Amino acid sequence: MLRYILGRLVSLSLSLIVASLVIFTVIEVIPGDPAAFMLGLNADDSTVAALRADLGLDGSRAECYVAWITGMVQGDFGTSYTYRVPVADLVADRLWVSLPLAVLSLILSTLIAFPIGLIAAANRGRAADYGIMGGTQLGIAVPNFWFAMLLVLVFAVNLHWFNAGGFPGWGTPIMALKSLVLPSIALALPQAAILARVMRSALIETLAQDYMRTARAKGLSRRQAVLRHALRNALIPVLTIIGLQFSFLLAGAIIIENVFFLPGLGRLIFQGITQRDLVVVESVTMLLVFAVIVVTFLVDIAYAIADPRLRRRG
Amino acid sequence: MIRLPVPLTIGAVLSAIFLAMALLSFAWTPHDVEQLVIADRLQPASGQFWLGTDQFGRDLLSMLMVGARVSLAVALVAVGIGVALGVPLGLAAAATRGSLLDEVIMRGNDLIFAFPSLVIAILITAVFGPSAFNAIIAIGIFNIPVFARVSRGGALSLWTLDYILAARVAGKGKVRISAEHILPNIANLLIVQATIQFSLGILAEAALSYVGLSVQPPTPSWGRMLADAQTMIYTHPMLAVLPGLAIVLMVLGLNLMGDGLRDLLDPRLRRQRQ
Repeated sequence: MLRYILGRLVSLSLSLIVASLVIFTVIEVIPGDPAAFMLGLNADDSTVAALRADLGLDGSRAECYVAWITGMVQGDFGTSYTYRVPVADLVADRLWVSLPLAVLSLILSTLIAFPIGLIAAANRGRAADYGIMGGTQLGIAVPNFWFAMLLVLVFAVNLHWFNAGGFPGWGTPIMALKSLVLPSIALALPQAAILARVMRSALIETLAQDYMRTARAKGLSRRQAVLRHALRNALIPVLTIIGLQFSFLLAGAIIIENVFFLPGLGRLIFQGITQRDLVVVESVTMLLVFAVIVVTFLVDIAYAIADPRLRRRG
Repeated sequence: MIRLPVPLTIGAVLSAIFLAMALLSFAWTPHDVEQLVIADRLQPASGQFWLGTDQFGRDLLSMLMVGARVSLAVALVAVGIGVALGVPLGLAAAATRGSLLDEVIMRGNDLIFAFPSLVIAILITAVFGPSAFNAIIAIGIFNIPVFARVSRGGALSLWTLDYILAARVAGKGKVRISAEHILPNIANLLIVQATIQFSLGILAEAALSYVGLSVQPPTPSWGRMLADAQTMIYTHPMLAVLPGLAIVLMVLGLNLMGDGLRDLLDPRLRRQRQ
């Protein structure tokens, strides 16, 4: 097990290094000098040069990269050009919107998908199965930002149950949670459709295994056999998909935050892009990639715990 | 006569309708999509405007037709990039199984998979400027590892078969075997994967153009139509409903077609049915 974890750790760090190089290179290609951009057309050269030095834009590319990375590792994400505050502070504020949103959606999509997948698998080939599979086909085809707009149309514009957008802050937790309800439903449903399909096919596969017949033969009821043997084995592929979905949820949140005007990390990236606030764009993108890669790593480990066969292959 | 499965038929018909709409838009649209006629703004559906007009007086049906063209073109070229680069990489990896080349290709794949694709696509289109071309590149890059993985997986199982061994004994090189014997036999897999990536590409293009990072105005796209409709949702909800329905039906059609093709082309599944 330890060898397996070490192996995964090596590839985790490799991924992170390459990811940071890619992001750094892409950002470097951006046309225009950020310092000149910030100061406007009338700035004289010496002021621009001074700001360049101030922002740490001088020095070779390699030095810049090393400075950026060592800063990130120490929790220093640089200073925003436009806000004039540390990016870490901006991120910390926005994280309290984006993280609850992603977690809520993940919980919601799992809660919806598990029973639906189970029902479909248990009724394989019958009307309930066909109905559910048809519904999930539709769910996969719906873009979440359009679904979000439909939710706004029904629940905010027509029924007045929720606000159409905005975020009141965690000072009033109930209101804050309420403003995350529609966005997390919009994010969760299309993901739930995928998850339910995976759950169904994984269960159908394990139900056909010999050890299920053995379990029944030694006297377990169908329900006991499913809960004790089939479910645990079916969880392995499901777990992988849940891990992958976290990355979709983070990325999807970027779009959804725009629909609901939520002040999350996604909107921070977009503001950074339009204001050419490169430090913000660079650091927030790296942070998102970091989160996804680490979650993938954790899923791999969880996978190995759930399925001992994987450990030995290492 | 062969009876086609119902989902495959529905999927093929839906896809054909949108393809026809897109192709027709090159030759003819009911109205000019780039001309703003403020006098005609926000018209309901009528004989003159079959689906009504938007807040700038543009005909919705014409915009949906041109939008279909944009959507299909971006997704199609992005799939093309994935196939053109991914398949040779996958075949090379399979042919040199266990070698350094195989290792490098597969680790590179894992790496691209680890990236949150939409975040990077947004980054790419934001840095290099929003345009249909950059949207294609951003979506296409993430198709490469998908096709590399599928073709490697398919090819690996073929390399152990007797007729490949016979071809090697006959003196054919690995490149020739890959092209003449492996590729035709994994074509089924690739076609199915292509329809899946095609539908994912349409969703990705819609998301990018919704945030303004794909094709630029005045060319209409489904995602941009949704973004424009957002402020009008209180008074004219149909403006937001129609482009979304177009995306859903197009993606649904492609997915149904992909599933149907997989069932039809997979010999194992076919035997089960008989």
